[in-house]
Amino acid sequence: MLRRRGLVAAALIITGLVALSGCASGDPLSTTNSNTAGEGSAGSDTIAIGSAAFPESEILAEVYAQALEGKGVTVKRSFNIGQREVYLSALKDGSIDMIPEYSGNLLQSYDTNTTAESSADVYAELLEKVPSGFEVLDQSQAQDKDSYNVTKEFSEKYQVNSLADLKNVNIPLKLASNPESAEHPAGVEGIKRLYEVSVTLVPISDSGGPLTVKALLDGTVQMADVYTTSPAIKANHLVTLDDPENMILAQNVLPLINSSKASAKITQVLNNVSAVLTTDDLIKFNTKSSGSAKESPAAIAKDWLAGKGL
Amino acid sequence: MNQLFATFAWLLDPAHYAGPDAIQVRVGEQVEYTLLTLLLASIIALPAGLAIGHTGRGRTLGVQIPAVLRALPTLGLVILLALMVGLGLLAPLIALVILAIPPILAGAYSGLESVDRETVDAARALGMTGWQVLWKVEIPLSLSLITGGLRSAALQAVATWTIAAILPLGGLGRYIFDALPVQDYPKMLAGSMLVIALALVTDALFALLQKVVTPPGVRAGRASLVRAKTTHSHARAALFRHASFIRNER
Repeated sequence: MLRRRGLVAAALIITGLVALSGCASGDPLSTTNSNTAGEGSAGSDTIAIGSAAFPESEILAEVYAQALEGKGVTVKRSFNIGQREVYLSALKDGSIDMIPEYSGNLLQSYDTNTTAESSADVYAELLEKVPSGFEVLDQSQAQDKDSYNVTKEFSEKYQVNSLADLKNVNIPLKLASNPESAEHPAGVEGIKRLYEVSVTLVPISDSGGPLTVKALLDGTVQMADVYTTSPAIKANHLVTLDDPENMILAQNVLPLINSSKASAKITQVLNNVSAVLTTDDLIKFNTKSSGSAKESPAAIAKDWLAGKGL
Repeated sequence: MNQLFATFAWLLDPAHYAGPDAIQVRVGEQVEYTLLTLLLASIIALPAGLAIGHTGRGRTLGVQIPAVLRALPTLGLVILLALMVGLGLLAPLIALVILAIPPILAGAYSGLESVDRETVDAARALGMTGWQVLWKVEIPLSLSLITGGLRSAALQAVATWTIAAILPLGGLGRYIFDALPVQDYPKMLAGSMLVIALALVTDALFALLQKVVTPPGVRAGRASLVRAKTTHSHARAALFRHASFIRNER
């Protein structure tokens, strides 16, 4: 009995300590917009780089990180931070200073009503819409868009090569995509608004990864949201549907950075990387990281930078 | 604190009690998945555990294989299985059954092992067959521990089914997986709280069941009573040890 009381007391003390430490570091769920971004980390030659929770973002983050390290900048890595909504708040609260971004989705997250479509328009609008305290640097040619894919058989059977062709399909359509696609302007809602087709979302939380592709291949869904740079599209002979209404915006890779960290030196290094990065490079990155090779992001980034002489 | 209020507001909002994503629907799915898991895990683990406990054989193999399987991270297992067998209920069901087997197995064989050998010998001396010993002596005396194993398995299953929402499945994990990418924290917290509440209710129900199934004789063998009566027979002593074993387990 005594021992049990001791245990209860210990448990209470531990719970108390956890609660107290929670108070000290502030409510992790509070939505305060503290504008202390960047002040936490040291001088301008130190930068905290984040990445979203998918391999390509991590490899891009590594590419930018190693390019900076090559020029003597100290880099703190906080990779795999989840979806945009999460890492943008990490950027806001200063836990990261820079993250590789995709122009279109970033713009839509700031302005859901944007009408910009082309890379140039999106970039121009992005320069205005990025909140003060942050900025985007030069955009690369490399693009990684969401894309809606169907199997070759489906495409041939229903004569579907474009999202606009979906209207003629007389079976209920299911779409495999991340859960947030339900309310995304380029997701279920956008397809309904621009192409007048109702699709049912089948939420699969792996960002167009193997589970999403599996759902398409085994017929669980008729459409799957897979990134254009995924090796799985070619490997499984998927047909990427055209998007005549430009629902899916241009998605050029570019660094989103805290202005206080965008020194001339850092800006120059990052722009030099973006200047030579192409979509083909992204496909190669993904093939290397997902194929039988399974190379680490660091190794892939190192190879690429060496090949470009950066 | 606002998030907490928002969470309770979310839980009380009538809009969240209608449609396919309604709270009672999601709770129902979670319960259904859990019951299915317990049923399948019991079909596999109870006979195996009783056989190990009754014969005293196969313990090393029968205990270690499930323990090793149990060590596999369940989320990884769900994804791996989903890629192999498809995105339906089967993949997480297999993963969760693997998770639920070890406690049920352990409850069964340790329950039988906790029955005093002298009691078993006495039963045999009365002329009982092996089956009679199992059904009339060993199982009744160890029902409390067997139920305890089920209780522990149920608790793990009801909580862990949450991760199955990485696939297009229902259950309370839906709220958490759907809310995380859009930072809808009240919805996430509400989902978590519902899982916690469901786990507590599950545990309470099994605790009650454990009490009900314990034979009066075993219940009478509580420490205070045994200590008061010094005229204990061997069987009585066995029951006492059994009872104290249960307490240590808790």
